[in-house]
Amino acid sequence: MSEEKFETIVVGGGLAGLAAAYTLAAAGKEVLLLEKGDYCGAKNVTGGRMYVAPIRDYFPDLWAKAPFERAIVQEELCLMSATDSLLVRYNGEAIATEPYQSYSICLAKFDKYFAKQAEKKGAMIVTKKKVDTLLIENGKVAGVVAGGEVLRSNVVICGDGVLSILPQQARLQKPLSPKHFAVGIKEIIELDQQVLEDRFNLSSELGAARLYLGDITEGKFGGGFLYTNKDSVSLGLVVGIEALMSETPKTELPEMLDRFKRRPEVASLIAGGQTAEYSAHVIGEGGYKQLSKLYADGVLVTGDSAGFMLNAGITVRGMEYAMYSGYAAAQAVIAVSERGDYSAQALSIYEKLLEESFVLKDFREFKDVPEAMDHKRLFTYYPQLVGGVLSSLYQMPNGPKERAIPTVRKLVNFKVIKDILFKDAGKVIKL
Amino acid sequence: MSEINETLNLKAKLGLNVFKENEHFHITINPGMENDARLLNGVLTCPAGLYSVNSEGKYELSQDGCLECGTCKIACGDEVLSWQYPEGASGVQYRFG
Repeated sequence: MSEEKFETIVVGGGLAGLAAAYTLAAAGKEVLLLEKGDYCGAKNVTGGRMYVAPIRDYFPDLWAKAPFERAIVQEELCLMSATDSLLVRYNGEAIATEPYQSYSICLAKFDKYFAKQAEKKGAMIVTKKKVDTLLIENGKVAGVVAGGEVLRSNVVICGDGVLSILPQQARLQKPLSPKHFAVGIKEIIELDQQVLEDRFNLSSELGAARLYLGDITEGKFGGGFLYTNKDSVSLGLVVGIEALMSETPKTELPEMLDRFKRRPEVASLIAGGQTAEYSAHVIGEGGYKQLSKLYADGVLVTGDSAGFMLNAGITVRGMEYAMYSGYAAAQAVIAVSERGDYSAQALSIYEKLLEESFVLKDFREFKDVPEAMDHKRLFTYYPQLVGGVLSSLYQMPNGPKERAIPTVRKLVNFKVIKDILFKDAGKVIKL
Repeated sequence: MSEINETLNLKAKLGLNVFKENEHFHITINPGMENDARLLNGVLTCPAGLYSVNSEGKYELSQDGCLECGTCKIACGDEVLSWQYPEGASGVQYRFG
């Protein structure tokens, strides 16, 4: 057993843990980060896009050489019914001007790079080391147990990921319920760079993000996504775990992705491509109400582990919250270390920093979105309606063609839709 | 080339990933729970298709290709499954992520 005591131990070499280690090391503080993978990033997955805008200023040296894939300058939304689809493409000066607000990324590559930068600042990073449990003594977190070895520290920063296993040990988080989580699966599909740029109408270095809603998840809570990388696309699905378990038709998740890839609208985009990796990750969808308790004696909780994942309608984010929460945890440790007081009360400054930042402001602002999104019509009725109407408008019959409005009237009972829209408006207004 | 993607089955897809051997598999069905209906949730949600029902109607959990996402832990629950992360330096090692 080691009697060595560290100032700070960070559990997990993902974005939150690395942001904490990087910030502490940059301030000259001693920090040990433990990561179970072969390298930082080995266990980490993103759908594929990081919004740099809110966190740029907190990591000024990080961006110039960061392994970004493409700046996202084109936002697309595709509504799908079983037989029809409507694609909306948004190009706008605001998102297409430097500094770009977001980039597609591959997280394993990014975290590997981030770890190197943290080490350059002086952080100690030990990989291939799994933390089994928090070391809890007299109700206080006093370090961790890793591979049977006791490692003591003044404070532990949990960045152990979405399953929130360490915070549950410290009773800072409840057991996770399927209702509040989705599962994301993704393929990296390699494509020739020129082919990719032609298919998405992109100039070099610039990229597109596409969200799919509707039939691809069989009306279940969730959607599809596609991000263009340098010479690949990240293509995948996110589906609510409870919806997969309980809603009919019951389709096994891997089959759902295969059907998505077979849709003609998708198949043409990935034709000729070769899958290089298949990954999966759990995503929190519970928002503000499902956040863990953020601090206790000797411990801070950051990133996915704390529940910092936010579905704000058509944007789903987590990485920026992870990075800022890691940064804020480091600032909290820096602040309390002067007096050597690592009690819950002293560490509560962490929550204050989050309250004053975009993190908890966003979570409060969007706290009702999970209920608004939990709504079958959004994933079934509307995509079907739009598909049906457009199909009738664009189809040329063998005989005479009807005017537009009578055609639409046949498909849409205006009295019914008025009631539905009125009901849904109350929910949608919360998005 | 496009046929490759169309016909790539789940096993082949998982075969593209880097996995490192694991001395003990990190998920087990708790003793006596092999018939528990909640394991159907594993069949429906596991991205790697590791859960299946055998000819005797018992649920089986295969070990190859676990992506360590934790979906089954959430979907089946801790009463049914013992779920831990694999030991350091084992299991899936994402190159892209």
